[in-house]
Amino acid sequence: MQRKIEVAQAYGAVVEGEALVSEEGFSPRYDLDRWTGLITKPGHKLEGQSIVDKVCFFPSAKGGIAAGWAFYDIKWKKIAPKAFIFGVTNPVMVQGAVFAGIPITAGWSPHPREVLKTGDRVRVDPARRLIEVL
Amino acid sequence: MDLTAEERGILAGAGGEAAKRALEYQIEVGRFWGAKRLVPVTNVHMMGDIEVMGDAGLQYLRDEVARDARCTVPTTTNARCIDFAHCDRLGQDPAEAVKERELIQCLRRMDVVTTDTCINYQTVYQPHLGEHVAWGDTGTVIYANSIFGARSNFESGPAALAAAMTGRTPEYGFHLDEHRRGSFAVQLEAKLDDLADWGAVGKLVGETHQDYFAVPVFHGYHRTPGADELKHLGAALASYGSMAMFHFIGVTPEAPASVDGFSEKISISEKDIQKVYSGYRLGDGDARLVVFSGPQQSLLEMKRLAALFEGRKVPAGSSCFVTTNGAVLAQSRTLGYAQTLEAAGVTILEGVCFYILQNLSPMRRANGWTNMVSNSAKIVNIIGAHRFNTILRRTADCVDIACSAKLK
Repeated sequence: MQRKIEVAQAYGAVVEGEALVSEEGFSPRYDLDRWTGLITKPGHKLEGQSIVDKVCFFPSAKGGIAAGWAFYDIKWKKIAPKAFIFGVTNPVMVQGAVFAGIPITAGWSPHPREVLKTGDRVRVDPARRLIEVL
Repeated sequence: MDLTAEERGILAGAGGEAAKRALEYQIEVGRFWGAKRLVPVTNVHMMGDIEVMGDAGLQYLRDEVARDARCTVPTTTNARCIDFAHCDRLGQDPAEAVKERELIQCLRRMDVVTTDTCINYQTVYQPHLGEHVAWGDTGTVIYANSIFGARSNFESGPAALAAAMTGRTPEYGFHLDEHRRGSFAVQLEAKLDDLADWGAVGKLVGETHQDYFAVPVFHGYHRTPGADELKHLGAALASYGSMAMFHFIGVTPEAPASVDGFSEKISISEKDIQKVYSGYRLGDGDARLVVFSGPQQSLLEMKRLAALFEGRKVPAGSSCFVTTNGAVLAQSRTLGYAQTLEAAGVTILEGVCFYILQNLSPMRRANGWTNMVSNSAKIVNIIGAHRFNTILRRTADCVDIACSAKLK
């Protein structure tokens, strides 16, 4: 079986990195320590894990407007992920990722859990709307 | 994307470097969402303060000023993170206060009107039916779309600033008719006598339907709701459900004639509301922090609070905060509401919102606060990141708690 995921919407350059797969949604304001890049929200399914330089898979986006500046902030602090891969996202995540120059995609088929797991190396190719497991 | 001659001119540099960069950025965002064009906007409301922007964001604003960035449409600011009159007492970081002052100066040099309010829709600008705007703070967006029938997506700080530079925004999401139709029906059987009850409705509906593109349609309510009630409903829907629009039959301008044809119909009863209140953990039972904020208080909310606090006192060891904007505070002083609240020991913060206060987590630890009680379902939801245990209570109960330090 070819291990790949097609995405519906995408922005950014081609990147490769280690996958971090979450069963829970994400907000850079409420789940993330914006100084270390660790997920620190008590009870988050990725609590204690680092998003730094990872290709992050989240089923949904959480949180409000303030997230827009947060991606730029973490990119500047060199603790940004390689890419954000969302199942469902909202405008704020996209505005924030594009502003920071972080690749972002939304809408996935098949579901990531069917073809990959945390730790796998993946390539994100926004122009081809494709994520491949390497 | 189809660009007008004027937009092609901006890309060629006719509007200056800042406008060119802003439009290039907007086109990328628009492409992601499949926008076919940009739409002119008449008004921009943006979030920009040192707590949300950080040093990187401040440097970006300095660079924008150096590029001669100028707003092309009226642009106002959302609530910010530092109240300069209270920052020492609150234990806010003096170095961050210096940066916040510089940040405000940068915005003013770009011709941003620093109103510092999250209730612009009650106090600054009320767009009309069909008017396209670019607003940030989710509570302002859901109010604009739902109550006024204006059109806005959630525009985060960088996106709103770009709209201010170019006077337009990509046409996707709630700028389009197809996303503004109701998606499920909610019958309101509960009495909803207090603002907190309206927030509880927003929590119940939002938590179970988390989706930016979900649009609930409320119906069956026994009277006409007021502006502050709809404000708390909207703020909670946006906070718990990430929603940007609702309809209310008989109240909002784009509501459908009936809920016939909706496959999903739910109802909210008095019992459902009671269950929300009984669902909060009382923690250690300590109730030394009561907050009226998120959104900022309107003049009529200030009036009601003044009446409830009249002749009473927040005891030593307890803290009660009210946040509002400069305009409401000035009028509250003229009318005596502010003096009544302050005589009762309430601290009124101006131009801020409690949950975005700079240094809030250290403030919580320094004061030994564990529980935070509020009549705002929104703030009860979002302040959790600072590790408060939060409890929603009705307005009069919140005042009783503030004056007794006892939960009930």
